[in-house]
Amino acid sequence: MPSSPHEVLRFDNVTVRFDEQPVVDRVSFVLAAGESRIVLGEAGAGKTVLLKTALGLIRPDSGRVHLFGTDITDLKEKALFEVRQRVGMLFQEGALFDSQTVEENVAYPLLSRAQKTLNNTELQAIEDKVLRALEFVELGHTVEKFPSELSGGMRRRVGIARATVTEPPLVLYDSPTAGLDPITANTIMALLVKERDIRNTSSMVVTHRYQDGQIMAGFRTDGHEGKLIPDPGRPGVVFMVMREGRLIFEGTQTELEASPEAYVRKFVRR
Amino acid sequence: MLDFLKRPIQSLQDFVVLAGKAFRNIVRKPHYFDDIAIQADVIGVGSLPIVLLTGFFSGAVMALQMSKALSQYGASGQVGQIVSITLVRELGPVLTALLVSGRNASGIASELGSMKVTEQIDAMRALGTDPIQKLVTPRLIATSTMLPLLTILSDFIGLFGGYLMACVVLKLTTSDQYWTTAYRALDFQDVVQGLTKPFIFGIIVALVGCFEGLRTTGGTQGVGRATTEAVVTASVWVFVIDLIITRIFVSMPAW
Repeated sequence: MPSSPHEVLRFDNVTVRFDEQPVVDRVSFVLAAGESRIVLGEAGAGKTVLLKTALGLIRPDSGRVHLFGTDITDLKEKALFEVRQRVGMLFQEGALFDSQTVEENVAYPLLSRAQKTLNNTELQAIEDKVLRALEFVELGHTVEKFPSELSGGMRRRVGIARATVTEPPLVLYDSPTAGLDPITANTIMALLVKERDIRNTSSMVVTHRYQDGQIMAGFRTDGHEGKLIPDPGRPGVVFMVMREGRLIFEGTQTELEASPEAYVRKFVRR
Repeated sequence: MLDFLKRPIQSLQDFVVLAGKAFRNIVRKPHYFDDIAIQADVIGVGSLPIVLLTGFFSGAVMALQMSKALSQYGASGQVGQIVSITLVRELGPVLTALLVSGRNASGIASELGSMKVTEQIDAMRALGTDPIQKLVTPRLIATSTMLPLLTILSDFIGLFGGYLMACVVLKLTTSDQYWTTAYRALDFQDVVQGLTKPFIFGIIVALVGCFEGLRTTGGTQGVGRATTEAVVTASVWVFVIDLIITRIFVSMPAW
């Protein structure tokens, strides 16, 4: 099926197997430009694999994946690098490089993209961008620190800075709030909303907390302060529920809350 | 029936693919010279004390062992020759490789393994870097150049250990005779053999360490497993390859 220009990500009947066992099972969906998709599901439902497949880090056993209109299913790794430049990804726990400082971590995507040796002006430009990205996540004071010196929430925020420093049109968040206390989790979600509203990015947020979805669907940012303002029923937020690799629900928050399916209801009520 | 062969063959295939990519990347851009320098420092300079220490003692103990055997034939003057041949051809390369494999194959496997289980390898790929280019190739270059250099130093300090034992402690021979017989015993072929071995061992140690690290699964426990596996596999291969190389050199006509 040809993909239309406002499509950012398309899954066509994608199956991923680990040791013959399907972990993503015949999943199809389309992420439109400017849309936020919240993927709910318990641990082991295949949410992380879904995101990694979207980025070409894992190859599907069957089905096709289109990213920005390019069929990435059989692309070689080198060719994938180019497509991935337009996607930011926050990994679980941040996946920061331990051997590098916060500044080097955030600068990494910018430096790895530069194919040649950079002159001072270009290096300065990168440094400015890195500082701006860190200030966006309110961590401008941590540039010299190593990831091991940061708290879990701070590492996650540095991860967001690294994922968004190149200003990609699509950002994938893998469990941005997992393992964090509720207050820190809300801070992280406020950042996600701020990132979405200020830069107008499309995003996919994988989570097991329904509250995260409620924040994405029911709030907007007040600007650079980063405070959340209630904005119920905003368009462009789609919920997906996964269970044992299958996509069992896809729809708006209202549809989700009205779903008669027992598994979905269990999620919403929690 | 052949199911039990499936896993080792699959592993071998994966290893060969990794090795192929790592070698191919040596001539491909981008080159991570900083990483090569860092690894050379970690592997080369970092292993120096332990390599010198073991080199010294292995030379001394060779001299001590040989003193008794040689004196039975009234040939204790030849101790320098024996020490130098065994060290340069065999003990220097193998002992150094075993030490470096214990120290660095494990280090590489645990570092890369931790990166794998914390998704740093995936993050690297997501950010547009080939992990083999960035992590494996620098370690391959660093280990295969550092190991021969470490072996040379280990050989020298071993000869010195032998000298102390034979000439100063046991007074078997004169200093002149020791160094002359040690030097005369070696021909060019021995030196080539003594340097070919650590070069190949270096390749094995680095690739096995990286291979085990990159295929780590199962959290921190998996990292531990990968580390052990790396040291054991690298050490066994050092002995196997040693036998093969020695066989080739022994059957070669003298140069």
